[in-house]
Amino acid sequence: MTSPNGDGSNLGGSDVRAAAEAGSVLDDLTPEQLAAEWDEDKPPAAGPLANIAAAAVVVVIGVAGIFLSLAMGLGTPEAPEPGMWPFIISVVLVVLATALAVFGRNTLDAEKFSSSSWAVLSGVGTLIGFVLLVGTVGFEIPSLLLTFVWLRFLGKETWRMSTVLSFAVVAAFYLIFVVALGVPVPHLF
Amino acid sequence: MEFFEPVINGFGVVLEPMNLLYCLLGVMIGMLIGVLPGLGPAATIAILLPLTYGVEPVTAIIMLAGIFYGAQYGGTITSVLLRLPGEASAVVTVFDGYALAKQGKAGTALGIAAIGSFIGGTVSIIGLTLLAPIVAGFALDFGPPEYTALALLGILLVATVSNGGKLKSVIAAGLGLLLATVGRDGFTGESRFTFGSLSLADGLDFVPIAMGIFGLGEILYNLEQRHNKVQAPAKVANVWPSRQDLKQSSGAIGRGSVLGFFLGILPGGGATLSSLAAYAMEKKRAKNPERFGRGAVEGVAAPESANNAAATSSFIPLLTLGIPANATMAIIFGALLIQGVTPGPQLVANDPELFWGVVNSMYIGNILLLIMSIPLVGIFVKILRVRAAILAPITVLITLIGVYTIRNSVFDIWLVIFFGVIGYLMKKFGFEPGPLVLAFVLGALLEENLRRSLLVFGGDAAGFVSRPISGVLLLVFLMVIFLPLIQSLFKKAHAKKATNTDDPSRKNEKESV
Repeated sequence: MTSPNGDGSNLGGSDVRAAAEAGSVLDDLTPEQLAAEWDEDKPPAAGPLANIAAAAVVVVIGVAGIFLSLAMGLGTPEAPEPGMWPFIISVVLVVLATALAVFGRNTLDAEKFSSSSWAVLSGVGTLIGFVLLVGTVGFEIPSLLLTFVWLRFLGKETWRMSTVLSFAVVAAFYLIFVVALGVPVPHLF
Repeated sequence: MEFFEPVINGFGVVLEPMNLLYCLLGVMIGMLIGVLPGLGPAATIAILLPLTYGVEPVTAIIMLAGIFYGAQYGGTITSVLLRLPGEASAVVTVFDGYALAKQGKAGTALGIAAIGSFIGGTVSIIGLTLLAPIVAGFALDFGPPEYTALALLGILLVATVSNGGKLKSVIAAGLGLLLATVGRDGFTGESRFTFGSLSLADGLDFVPIAMGIFGLGEILYNLEQRHNKVQAPAKVANVWPSRQDLKQSSGAIGRGSVLGFFLGILPGGGATLSSLAAYAMEKKRAKNPERFGRGAVEGVAAPESANNAAATSSFIPLLTLGIPANATMAIIFGALLIQGVTPGPQLVANDPELFWGVVNSMYIGNILLLIMSIPLVGIFVKILRVRAAILAPITVLITLIGVYTIRNSVFDIWLVIFFGVIGYLMKKFGFEPGPLVLAFVLGALLEENLRRSLLVFGGDAAGFVSRPISGVLLLVFLMVIFLPLIQSLFKKAHAKKATNTDDPSRKNEKESV
């Protein structure tokens, strides 16, 4: 439900204002209008290319599955070798993906990537950073950094709110996981 | 009296303090995530799976079940007050619930919804109590061929009834089946698709997949699509519905409960479908259908009763046949397997304490939820002010740390992130994650039974058709595949234009799996 001009995925002040405006205008809607409004809120749909790309990925997986299964040996239906079942699934996948590329490509149920998709990418980046650090320095510092980044930059909270909350969250996790539950999570302190 | 003895013993199980506590915990979490838009029950249950490792199976399932049906209660609150369905199954409640709230009758709507939910849930538990042992008894004779057919049909139905494109859902299911083959082959002991990795030798674990695809995938997806239109909720006064409102909606509650119970049993049915169906039914039956959408209490009562009834009755196929009827049940199925319990027809007989403990905990849970929804509703309305931006990092941390604690394995964290990205991409490209997880859970069972049946039949696949039950199930399987194809061909021949009609509830259903 990002705004169409793509100014971010935040919950900041502008959205509150927008919400107030929306509230006054949209108050008297029939279910049909409401449904139409929900439809408009949908992120823009990606074109047929997205479906073809998805189908291509599935075909690649299916073909790889077929070859790997053949290498494992198929056997007979009565005495199947390990490759038989994955072989069947892989063939079905290839058939279905081809059908998707041929008949289903014009169904507009894929979403376009927008500027706010970068938020997701940075989110994933923080997760990877977390795993890389957690084994060596314990969970506290990575958790603090992750929470802060998510609050301040991905969630557009204020600096003060983000700082206070991230410390509070990490403290709470420490108390729950390490002190109270004694879970063997790697920790620094 | 013989029938009721284990039922009554089940109450003894529920009343153990530990189980009561987890029941309360479950329904409270369910209510909370129902109120908070964003995470649905499937995602929440997936994220909280690590929590169930340290407790008894019955305690774990009592809590997970509580989250599931608790979410049906909570979802109503945001539908009525904010016009934002907190839960996919509460989408239709928005129409009349919000209209009532605008007329200053938010309390009435919430009260009717809570009472309807309670009655729907209770009717369904009674149905479950009576019907489940019969179904289980019937299924005791099932052999490998029947299970093969049942698993195939279950996966197909869940894939085709779900919200996304049918073809894409079936592809997702296929990918789930393929993922399930990673690891050691159950028959020959040979490694499959492990690429020499020791971490993959025992196969992919269900928990990181469910936590990644449902939990993290949904959190990442929400990063992009925040619910911006959050406004201050209306004041809620007088939650007790008047006698007249109750009288007006009693029929709707009754019909909704029964309809929800039956739709919930069907694979792929479940809470969302039944709330839509119940709303449509009431509108059709009404003397003045134009009242609907303008604040008809029946429009709140029917779907809310139905979605609770369905949430409860969808436990029947899981607990009696060992076949999960929807994505949430697939996760509970996984949780049972982790606990060393294989759900199936033997469960009622072999493990009556677990079976009746879980079933009876639903009575207690529904009473707790009724209390939370009527006298304590103000507290949950206040929680609506918590912003999604604040919850997101907390749920992420719970996921990452939670999955680590299961096996003290950093590799599992990598897996969760990997499947989280997959889950996000699937949602972006219009693939439902539910069928994948369901197929993954059933994959091993399906392969094992298929191979066993072929062994029994001496490699002749025609054997499936020669047995009445598996034959009928496979016939239904083929009908589910080919009927829509034939219909669409028929339609195309008649009218050359094929406009894509869009379901109003689609978008919101996708947001909360």
